[in-house]
Amino acid sequence: MNLLTKRSETTRLEAAIHASESEYALEAKNLSISYGDFKAVKNLNMGFERKKVTALIGPSGCGKSTALRAFNRMNELIGGVHTEGEVLFHGVNIYDPDVDAVQVRRWIGMVFQKPNPFSKSIYENIAWGARINGYRGDFDELVENSLKQVALWDEVKDKLKDSAYALSGGQQQRLCIARAVALKPEILLMDEPTSALDPISTAKIESLLDELKKRYTIIIVTHNMQQAGRVSDKTGFLLLGDLVEYTETKTLFLNPIDERTENYISGRFG
Amino acid sequence: MTVDAGHSAASRTDFSSNLAGRHSTSARWRLVFMASTILAITFLGALILTIIDDAFGYVLMVDAVDQKSLEQDGVPLLEMDANGLRAVIEENLSNRRQRALNRELPFEERSTADLLEIVLAEIVKPEVVATYTLYESLFNKRAIVDNASTAWPDSTLVFRSWVSMRFLSSSQTARPMTTGVLTAVKGTLLTIAITLLFAFPVGIAAAIWLEEYATDNKLNRFIQVNIYNLAGVPSIIYGMLGLAVFVRVLEPLTSGSAFGVTASGEVANGRTVLSAGLTLAILILPVIIINAQEALRAISGSLRHSSLALGATKWQTIWHHVLPASFDRILTGTVLAVSRAIGETAPLVVVGASTFLTQDPSGVFSKFTTLPIQIYQWTSRPQPEFRHIAAAAIVVLLALMLSLNAFAIVTRNRLRKQKRFG
Amino acid sequence: MFSATRAPYSAILAAGQIKASQMKQEHSALYPEEESGILTFTKRSRPVETLIQAFLFFCASVSIFTTLGIIIVLGVESSAFFREVSLLEFLTGTTWQPTIGMFGILPLLNATLMTSLVAMLVALPLGLGVAIYLAEYASERIRETLKPILEVLAGVPTVVYGYFALTVVTPFLRSILGQDTIEVYNTLSAGLVMGVLILPLISSMCEDALSSVPRSLREAAYAMGATKLETSVKIIVPAAFSGIAAAFILGLSRAVGETMIVALAAGAGPNFTLNPLKAAETMTGHIVRISGGDISYDSMDYRSLFAIALVLFIVTLLLNAMSRRIVKKYREVYE
Repeated sequence: MNLLTKRSETTRLEAAIHASESEYALEAKNLSISYGDFKAVKNLNMGFERKKVTALIGPSGCGKSTALRAFNRMNELIGGVHTEGEVLFHGVNIYDPDVDAVQVRRWIGMVFQKPNPFSKSIYENIAWGARINGYRGDFDELVENSLKQVALWDEVKDKLKDSAYALSGGQQQRLCIARAVALKPEILLMDEPTSALDPISTAKIESLLDELKKRYTIIIVTHNMQQAGRVSDKTGFLLLGDLVEYTETKTLFLNPIDERTENYISGRFG
Repeated sequence: MTVDAGHSAASRTDFSSNLAGRHSTSARWRLVFMASTILAITFLGALILTIIDDAFGYVLMVDAVDQKSLEQDGVPLLEMDANGLRAVIEENLSNRRQRALNRELPFEERSTADLLEIVLAEIVKPEVVATYTLYESLFNKRAIVDNASTAWPDSTLVFRSWVSMRFLSSSQTARPMTTGVLTAVKGTLLTIAITLLFAFPVGIAAAIWLEEYATDNKLNRFIQVNIYNLAGVPSIIYGMLGLAVFVRVLEPLTSGSAFGVTASGEVANGRTVLSAGLTLAILILPVIIINAQEALRAISGSLRHSSLALGATKWQTIWHHVLPASFDRILTGTVLAVSRAIGETAPLVVVGASTFLTQDPSGVFSKFTTLPIQIYQWTSRPQPEFRHIAAAAIVVLLALMLSLNAFAIVTRNRLRKQKRFG
Repeated sequence: MFSATRAPYSAILAAGQIKASQMKQEHSALYPEEESGILTFTKRSRPVETLIQAFLFFCASVSIFTTLGIIIVLGVESSAFFREVSLLEFLTGTTWQPTIGMFGILPLLNATLMTSLVAMLVALPLGLGVAIYLAEYASERIRETLKPILEVLAGVPTVVYGYFALTVVTPFLRSILGQDTIEVYNTLSAGLVMGVLILPLISSMCEDALSSVPRSLREAAYAMGATKLETSVKIIVPAAFSGIAAAFILGLSRAVGETMIVALAAGAGPNFTLNPLKAAETMTGHIVRISGGDISYDSMDYRSLFAIALVLFIVTLLLNAMSRRIVKKYREVYE
């Protein structure tokens, strides 16, 4: 009740934190994305539930990464991308011309395919994002907490001043996740976060997702169907820019409705 | 099986008949290509050897007054301090001449180099009768000595390094034996400082605009094409621009009169270090921009994306991540451009480099000369002594450029190391 | 089968030692937006960013001001010049003697063309030879050694080349051809040395052109039994022809604009001659000599320099544009 009044007091582009009338943390409505004449995503309608892991799967070129990058307006950094439709976050369409893209990205974090830490120390990698966003707390504590959330603290606590490049690939990727969670975002977008990692590092990151989803809504793009099966609660299957099927992960893998989904998950094309 | 064995054998010999010839042609041409490469490198070698050859060698001099007779307490003339030199002047110069010189500037206020200049010019009056190159000095020494003793029995033959500490630390004088490059070196350093101060920030900023901000519209495309065009404009045109704009239109600013500054009573008319530096800055700006653009382009998009994904603004991303990551390349590109500016001569002649400076340049509103200008002026003099002086100045110029490049390489490597382990 | 590699989260949690108290801390408001409880997505005004952006744009537009400056300066002074001398007289006159009011640019233009052509006669064959050697024959190690050396050759200040021309090449030529046949200042010597100056430019551009020829073309020639020479000269060089032409044109533009070598070695006085053994002053040489002396502004002497510079500017601009257009075209063909 209290929250609702607060909501009504806010303007069109404001939203009360942790409160929304929608059941979704993020919702794509009629989202279409094209590069020149090529339509990469066609009329996507998809809601992402709070504090769940949603996986987007499909063969390469199906538009799953493009869709993911549309959720925090990273697509517009590449020239020639045209986006139509809406992406609602706290009831605000992030593609509204009056919306500040920087502010959107601050609340919807992203982890990339290849680990890409900054050429700074481990400590600075985490503190930097917080600093530019006006963090008011204790930075040592923030760094420690963030590293603990990704189970990296014990491995690096004695070398926080070392370059992030000194870490292994898997550690670097966990550092990148820590860097994102240090901002306390609401949503974490992960673009094939384990495709550049070895099986053991992959397993560690998959395990993390279970714990991270208690605090964040996670959307993960993966080309690995088994991974989607292991980590996600819901899965969407995209093909040639269309969302073919979107349901509970178990259902999708065990009882797919669409024939194309079945062909894909049984490995008949890839 | 329509082709019979005889036919195919015959055609095979047809084909291979000239193979040996083709191979030898190939080998011959290979030699030609290699020779042209060797020739190109030989030029560089010849250039360097010529300079060294001219920068050292015997000098045959005849003194009107023997320098030994001027020694004071066994101290040779060239090593005397100001007091010794004043004593020599008092002893040997007519009173009238002494008074005249004293009126110009009291002896007490004159520098050692200045005093030595007076002693040499007014008392010793050495005359160079012949100079020899290093090659002649090393391999034809006997002929030189024979020639000297028969033609000029009173002469002294000294081996002279035209590049010397004296040459480096003396100001410009009219005589080749006593002149130095200090005036020109100071002029070069001051000019380049102005150039860098202007061209470096403006160039990097322009490159950032074009690479990071500019959208693909007509104006930005025009700016880009325009920069490429400017990079190809002959340097002398920039000199004309500098002459018309910095020296004439902006004279109140570049001569310093707008700021109430006049360089110790000299009227520079806008033909100042400032005008020269700005002209060179405009000249190398396109090069700096193009190099910096390449440096920025070499930075992967993922670095920018990872920063932006954290809610950083564009400028935060550029300032904290893109610039530090590309700085080593930007530095290398800038040094290349500055090296070019250091060696530029034509635009500075046009802007109005002074042919002779009685005072070293002391600030941005002073009249100026630079090393290349000095080389140009000395080279165009017919007397052989000036040719040696020019060679010596070239050695200094090349050493300056070389040390600048070495500094850049060391700094770049240090930055790269930091990037890896910092 | 995949779950076998999956470490239990509890194990990682234990290793990371996250305490419940620390987890809770996360919900305390530490970011400004969290504190207010309201997320604002409205475009923020970021005055510093806007200011910086404006500054960056201003710096980029300095290049436009430079071009405008050049055009205005050359245009204004030249138009004052052309009020007194007709364009026809300027372009067709064969005498340049400001003292008697003769302003025919042909002697200067002729000398510029002569030195430039001599330079290109040296630079093009040699540069192409170097490029073919580097691109087709030399091993990686030799290439890595030779290229910096050529860059040094390109980095030597032109006044040093002028010194070289006057003190080495001219005496050398005179000792071969005879003191009487060749003057102390002559366009031949200046042109030869200028050729060396331009050589690195030509060779590096030609090498770019040669190495941008697709590998498949090379392999096709070899597969037909062509020798290395036949492949490079009959297949690669013709395929890279437009790039080589672009190099030639750009080199020519550099030669036309080159100043210090001709100022020192070509001669100090306009002379309409086709004999490269005689002294003749080029356009750039004339500008440097006259502006280096005492010259009064608002004199015809002064204005005539700008008229010459205008011709120089237009010629080099056209050559550069032509060269860039050709390069762009062949890049498009192969990419």
